[in-house]
Amino acid sequence: MSMSRIRLLAGTKKGAFVLVSDGKRERWDISGPHFAGWEIYHLKGSPADPNRLYASQTSGWFGQKIQRSNDGGRTWEPVGDKFVYDGVPGTHQWYDGTQRPWEFKRIWHLEPSLTDPNTVYAGAEDAALFRTTDGGQTWHELPGLRGAKGHLWQPGAGGMCLHTILLDPGDPNRIFVAISAAGVFRTDDGGKTWRPVNRGLKSLFELPDPDAEVGHCVHRIAMHPSRPGVLFMQKHWDVMRSDDAGESWREVSGNLPSDFGFPIDVHAHEPETIYVVPIKSDSEHFPPDAKLRVYRSRTGGNEWEPLEKGLPQRDCYVNILRDAMAIDSLDPCGVYFGTTGGQVYASADSGNTWNPIVRDLPSVLSLEAQALP
Amino acid sequence: MIRVVLPVHLRTLARVEGEARVEVETPVTLGSVLDALEERYPVLRGAIRDHGTLCRRPFVRFFACEKDLSHEPPEFLLPGPVAEGAEPLLIVGAMAGG
Repeated sequence: MSMSRIRLLAGTKKGAFVLVSDGKRERWDISGPHFAGWEIYHLKGSPADPNRLYASQTSGWFGQKIQRSNDGGRTWEPVGDKFVYDGVPGTHQWYDGTQRPWEFKRIWHLEPSLTDPNTVYAGAEDAALFRTTDGGQTWHELPGLRGAKGHLWQPGAGGMCLHTILLDPGDPNRIFVAISAAGVFRTDDGGKTWRPVNRGLKSLFELPDPDAEVGHCVHRIAMHPSRPGVLFMQKHWDVMRSDDAGESWREVSGNLPSDFGFPIDVHAHEPETIYVVPIKSDSEHFPPDAKLRVYRSRTGGNEWEPLEKGLPQRDCYVNILRDAMAIDSLDPCGVYFGTTGGQVYASADSGNTWNPIVRDLPSVLSLEAQALP
Repeated sequence: MIRVVLPVHLRTLARVEGEARVEVETPVTLGSVLDALEERYPVLRGAIRDHGTLCRRPFVRFFACEKDLSHEPPEFLLPGPVAEGAEPLLIVGAMAGG
């Protein structure tokens, strides 16, 4: 058993919480709420300096703030929060068929660089990608992304948000992002130019043209760092995979009880082992049969097994949001998820058995796991 | 000395105990008080007024001497008791249902 410690970073509707355990992952110390009363959409540590954390703090009243910690979340300082679209903001599709100007609402996701603690990417609603290279003091848009047919993007019910940012560990110039409801986009030149990579996605009930180039409601994408060309996706409906860096996608929903859901994640040491949490439908955002079950595939999709030991198997009506699942890098890897009911569940054995770390947090918006020496 | 009462979330954000106090030269206007407040507490930039446009955020209100000043322009002269420090300018998070 490793002597590492695990630190979980939970963003909730009413503040941030930091959960720490030793490598056994049985007993947890919980601190918080940090930024009590504010919505914390996401917080994440730098892979290059795990005590450097960034948090997105938002409020319907008081707007967007970004906080930074240099000591693993004990103390925080506000940094820059001026997110201004590059040049003339331009327009996107609106529900009534008209074009509507981009308008900044909040940051959904912060993705620190793999190598530099002062470089961070931020995914915004209305969808755009920003970057800081000075530790969060100033942010600049990478406007080429909105050039990838941005005028055809249209918000889904959750808002037109850029919610997933995957940095390719093998190629610093390659980044994938996912946007609701626009799809997946890829750059191969460090963010200057982008193109949609959605071939193979089919949205029969969401789009008039089911295999349109943009407009798909991608909920989440995930990769294993050892194989950055293999991507897994939980779409609105359908679990998908790509073996060619998004050039083509195929469905791997297989025997899932429902292929609707939000998060998807990959095992730390087995790149073909993936996790989803099936949700009954887009109109009923709770688990099928009121049983909370994570599904694991050890074959990269298609064949799925339910993981339910320790999870509620009756009267369960919570949802698990797209950024609220995390994997740690210990062996065996830990799997974690937070619910809209405020529970955080942990498995220290790759999903075989589960325990609640805490049951009554505010609704969990996001969860990240860090392994510390 | 101008007294400003902030909503609790902005007090926490700016690390202000009790009322905020700012020095403003006469004439004391709504805009000059907000400018001075943001100068003294830079983290409040964007939280009361939008970055760039400096328009009041929709769910923020300005009250003073039992009057709603939310729709007044930046050059609006604040009432005498506020300018003299006898009464505070209240910055309020609007009620939003529920």
